[in-house]
Amino acid sequence: MENKSTLLKLSIIGLLFSGLLLFFFSSDSSESYTDLAALNCHCPPGFKLNEDNKCISKNLYQQYDSPNNQGVGGLQTGLPVVRDGFTPQEIDLGRYLFFDPVMSIDGSMSCATCHEPNKGFSDGLPTSIGKDNLKLDRAAPTLWNVGYLKRLFWDGRAATLEEQMEMTLFSEVEMANNPENLLNTLNNIDNYRKLFAEAYPERDKKEDIELPEIFKALAAFQSSLISLNSKYDQYAHGYHAALNEKEIEGMNVFRSFVARCAECHTPPLFTNQQFAVIGSPEPDGLPLDPGAEIPFADKSMRGAFKVPTLRNIDLTAPYMHSGKFETLREAVEFYTKGRGHAVPKDEKLYIHWHIWEPELSDYELDRLVDFLKTLNDESFMPKMPETLPSGIKLTNQQT
Amino acid sequence: MKSTLFKIIGGILLLAIGVFLGRTLLGTSGESTVPMPSTMQYRNVGHSGDTTQVAQRKEFTGQIIEVKKGGSIQEAVKAANPGDLIRVFPGTYSENVYIDKDDISLQGVIIKGEWPTLDGKHKINDGFLYSGNGILIENFKIINYKGNGIMGQAGNNFIIRNNWIIDTGVYGIFPQFGKNGLIEHNVLSVIADAAIYVGMCDNIDVRHNEVFDSVAGIEIENSRHCLVENNYVHNNTGGLLAFITPGLPIKTAFNIIFRNNFVVNNNHPNFGAPGSTVASIPPGTGILIMAADDVIVENNIITGNKNTGITIVDLATGDPKANDPNSEGNPDRVVILDNIMFGNGDDPTGEIKAIMLTQLETKGPDIFAYGGGIGSTIRDKNRYRTFGLGDYGPAQIEDTKDIKTMMLGAPVPPRSVTDQELGEITYYGVCAGCHALGTTLIGVDTQIIKDIYVDNPQGIVNYITKPLNLRDDYPEMPPQDYLSDEAKMAVAKYILQMTN
Repeated sequence: MENKSTLLKLSIIGLLFSGLLLFFFSSDSSESYTDLAALNCHCPPGFKLNEDNKCISKNLYQQYDSPNNQGVGGLQTGLPVVRDGFTPQEIDLGRYLFFDPVMSIDGSMSCATCHEPNKGFSDGLPTSIGKDNLKLDRAAPTLWNVGYLKRLFWDGRAATLEEQMEMTLFSEVEMANNPENLLNTLNNIDNYRKLFAEAYPERDKKEDIELPEIFKALAAFQSSLISLNSKYDQYAHGYHAALNEKEIEGMNVFRSFVARCAECHTPPLFTNQQFAVIGSPEPDGLPLDPGAEIPFADKSMRGAFKVPTLRNIDLTAPYMHSGKFETLREAVEFYTKGRGHAVPKDEKLYIHWHIWEPELSDYELDRLVDFLKTLNDESFMPKMPETLPSGIKLTNQQT
Repeated sequence: MKSTLFKIIGGILLLAIGVFLGRTLLGTSGESTVPMPSTMQYRNVGHSGDTTQVAQRKEFTGQIIEVKKGGSIQEAVKAANPGDLIRVFPGTYSENVYIDKDDISLQGVIIKGEWPTLDGKHKINDGFLYSGNGILIENFKIINYKGNGIMGQAGNNFIIRNNWIIDTGVYGIFPQFGKNGLIEHNVLSVIADAAIYVGMCDNIDVRHNEVFDSVAGIEIENSRHCLVENNYVHNNTGGLLAFITPGLPIKTAFNIIFRNNFVVNNNHPNFGAPGSTVASIPPGTGILIMAADDVIVENNIITGNKNTGITIVDLATGDPKANDPNSEGNPDRVVILDNIMFGNGDDPTGEIKAIMLTQLETKGPDIFAYGGGIGSTIRDKNRYRTFGLGDYGPAQIEDTKDIKTMMLGAPVPPRSVTDQELGEITYYGVCAGCHALGTTLIGVDTQIIKDIYVDNPQGIVNYITKPLNLRDDYPEMPPQDYLSDEAKMAVAKYILQMTN
């Protein structure tokens, strides 16, 4: 009896203890969700929080006018209109989504897989790698200052960041997801349900996550990637000691009407956001990329691509739409090797009128590279999340 | 005999003495009489449009910096501050002068026909390259450059005057993205594209220039509010051009007046670079209007242009290879007023020749219009030989004499930001990369800065100019000496009054 009751007591205690253990264990594991930092309530650098909890873009170029409000001109010219007015919470939620491989069909790729912060928000590859290690057709463009762009993708087929990311998330060869699966996945992750509820407080907390919320948060984060504080910018704002003699020589070659770089890569963004057929070669064995001809259904745009920004260009080798040139030196040399020299024999392209025979010397090409390197600025680099709301480890994708 | 000889010698001696005295006593040294350049004058401020009274004039406020033979103009520009005048004396200067400052004036001093000459030796890209506002460049001879004689990238309120420009590559004078500028009394020749090229600009007067032996004489492209007046434009491939080039970021051209110009014998063979827009201009083109709107052609003498006097075309006809859905390609509301036209079209070429042959004509017309466009008018259609003007109605105006200038009545003001705004954009645009109020990023919490420097903005200015690392737990701050003194003080004051 004594023994039995002791046993009973012990087993009751044991049960209670294990129950408690279980309770603590389970509450522990649920706490690992709530432990995650709530969304940032501060705007990222380059933005000021206004009374409506919106982040408004602020930069030194707001001292200047912009001819016809196009955001193209000389050293002291205002920028084009930027996408701003997102809340800090939307931006921060977008940051989590951006780095989270849960966004792809099999949890293998995030936006950051091809737009790595430490590679100038590109991937260092001639052309990106898609689902199942499929080699894609074009290079990943940088995302620095992408909030200023009116057209996205090399061929300009998207007019907004939301359109762009939809085409990437749901492309069979890229992230290969589909709307149903993406919504299903995110709605089944409590962390994301909480974060979305925090970022979109105007709706009921219990409501499901919707696609426009995902797109808006990603657009908010991408639009916050601002790079306007390079050595070049210091020069432009009037501090001429920011560039050395060789860099200034390079800048003068860049903007002269011989090299004509600045005619399309126009400051302050270093793109005039137009399309141009420059006739740059494809990597060996690849056919000519028709570029903007396809989305615009326009023969005259065969081989045309959107003029890319040159900010942080030093960080995003290799160069051109399919990564033909490994170095900046090779890329700038392309422009002095003859108008149309790399166009396949059986193609007739309408090469842009600024592509001509500038006869740049080796010395000038070297100076151009010197100058291009002054456009580096990562001072507003966002922080990578330490843990992801999906629980997927962040490290395995940053190869 | 002797006395006659004596008299002659005496006479010569006297003459020599007289000449010597005259030269020394009455002769003037060129340098002491160099006049100040006349500056931008604004007649319209507070007056009606037709007054000639100068209401406002830019004043010289700065130093005069002299550059003599063997010196460097660029070094003078580096030393100059806004408001300064750089005087360049005769000599050959082989350099690319770039001016990334506001309100710098460069004045060549011509002495007894000797010009200060910028010689690019066919190796240097550009003569003058400026980006600042309020730039004045006058009295220079500029030769043998590869790119431009004078090029502006942005820069408002400019004067480019009295320059003699020969064979400077692609363009002679090329302001781009500028507003309110004057290009006058320049002589330009042997330019492989446009001698004077006004690109993506607004409110520009181009007057009293001579341009010849070039591919295009004066070209107004993707620009608005331009007056091209009293120019002598001869022996170019095309004389005066107003057009839209597709694919540029600023996409319109309108309100352009071609008035009182001599557009004569523009029959030069085309030597434009392959692929350039002007390479397709047929020789013998007097005036070309392509896709530009509201162009008025008035009181010009347009003679001896062997293809046509005036050609008016849409983009689809004139430049069919470059589509741009955002460029409207029809020339609308062109107005042809009275012009003297004869001897045009004597030897038409290409498409115009073919089209005229369908009319059983072997000569090109005075005025040729082809393609789209609405609302165009002409004052006296009967006096010219025309093609394609069937839908041109009678002009609704007789002249444009009330328009004295397209320049502005007052200078384009620099965009003014208050100290508060300057402080704000500096704080969020620069400092916020490392500092935030109420939280620690890379650098200290802005609140700590506020607490240390209460009522002491100068203390912040001193620190950010030359930081001293005081805290082991924070990385060293890089000096912010590249900010202007004004911006440094503005941001210091801004930080001290921040509340959230």
